[in-house]
Amino acid sequence: MKLDFSLLVPYIPFILEGIWVTLKFVSMSIVIGFILGTLLAICKIGSIRPLKVVADVYTSIFRGTPLLVQLMIIYIAIPQLTGYDISPYVSAILAFGLNSSAYVSEIIRAGILAVDRGQTEAAAALGVPYRQMMMNIILPQAIKNILPALMNEFITLTKESAIVSVIGYVDLMRRAQIVGANTYHNFEPLLFVALIYWVMVYGLTLAGKGIERRMRASD
Amino acid sequence: MINIEALTKDFGSLTVLKGISTSVHKGEVVAVIGPSGSGKSTFLRCLNGLEQATTGDIKVQGIDITDPSADIMKVRQKIGMVFQHFNLFPHMSVLENVAYAPKTVKKLKEEQAHVIAEDLIERVGLGDKLSAYPNQLSGGQKQRVAIARALAMEPEMMLFDEPTSALDPEMVKEVLEVMQGLAESGMTMVVVTHEMNFAKEVADRILFLDDGHLVEEGDPHTFFTHPQSTRAKKFLNKIL
Repeated sequence: MKLDFSLLVPYIPFILEGIWVTLKFVSMSIVIGFILGTLLAICKIGSIRPLKVVADVYTSIFRGTPLLVQLMIIYIAIPQLTGYDISPYVSAILAFGLNSSAYVSEIIRAGILAVDRGQTEAAAALGVPYRQMMMNIILPQAIKNILPALMNEFITLTKESAIVSVIGYVDLMRRAQIVGANTYHNFEPLLFVALIYWVMVYGLTLAGKGIERRMRASD
Repeated sequence: MINIEALTKDFGSLTVLKGISTSVHKGEVVAVIGPSGSGKSTFLRCLNGLEQATTGDIKVQGIDITDPSADIMKVRQKIGMVFQHFNLFPHMSVLENVAYAPKTVKKLKEEQAHVIAEDLIERVGLGDKLSAYPNQLSGGQKQRVAIARALAMEPEMMLFDEPTSALDPEMVKEVLEVMQGLAESGMTMVVVTHEMNFAKEVADRILFLDDGHLVEEGDPHTFFTHPQSTRAKKFLNKIL
């Protein structure tokens, strides 16, 4: 077997452009997943029963079915049902954001429950309203505890992003396939994007460690 | 200031408070004592609604806080509380801990809240610890910050739930001194405590709870020298 990476050279800018294309929807999905996940977590620990049921059912559906299936359903079903011609970009953000929020909500729920009950009581005794208590007292402490788990979820999301290539979104993975088809050499472009994914994940890991260190400063 | 009528509290099938009626007057220091498991802390926690009474009435300045439509948050702003385990906010500095409630609940400007906070922290003797975080403080210092934090809301009354029970012995005094100063300034206080000397010297009235009943109440001198009930006698024999 011989590898010929020189074949790749003309395609390098094309593949590298994929980094931005991938990051563009992954970062949006992370933001959506995080915000929606936080809201779901609050529904789960709250005392309003219908909200709790909705959040639990939601989590069950999005954790209980493959992400690939969710992605295909969103991409194919939305135009059929509503007539709205959804782009691969928006489908990808929706599928990944909604899916991730189910996992994030479980992570945050556990993090909130791990905060000492005395914190809630101290805030209540001072007359602090629920929303402010959550935002200023409970969540900041919960986030600190769950940061490693949350980083893990973001890393998974970044890697799993490769499956959007199936709906024709021209991300890193799709670009590797295109280059493979053009040059009749699949191995080299795949190895190249594997390296890029690894570098991206490594960057995320370092960023996570940095944030963790900063947050531990008050310990 | 507070009127308590036939207060009961169940936790599932366990009845912790079995009909307690008493009142706390303005400027009074009431010490709640009794064996562990007698319901002292639960009683105290009912007074600001941290525990929901099962039956009975608790009127705070005429507002019945057992009524679900009562604005409990409003009432809590007037009642400061100090916990056994301090419950300081670990991610905030001493100054932020104390200034937080005035800023958030009373909507004071940041500078205004800081002036109030700095003044109170000075008063509890921690003026040099403004920017320290709770985990850099000793237990006694933490509890004094907790007292300052409660006072920052300018409460009309303070509840203390075994404020010295989690402290190393050498730190008990500094906290009791702050509490004594507070009592002398005329603050209405209800103190659940195992510090009999504090109860004897600072309290105006003793409530003795045993097994969910208010067994005896009276002035400290009479209670400690001539307890009426056999249960109080037994309790005092054990600890004095």
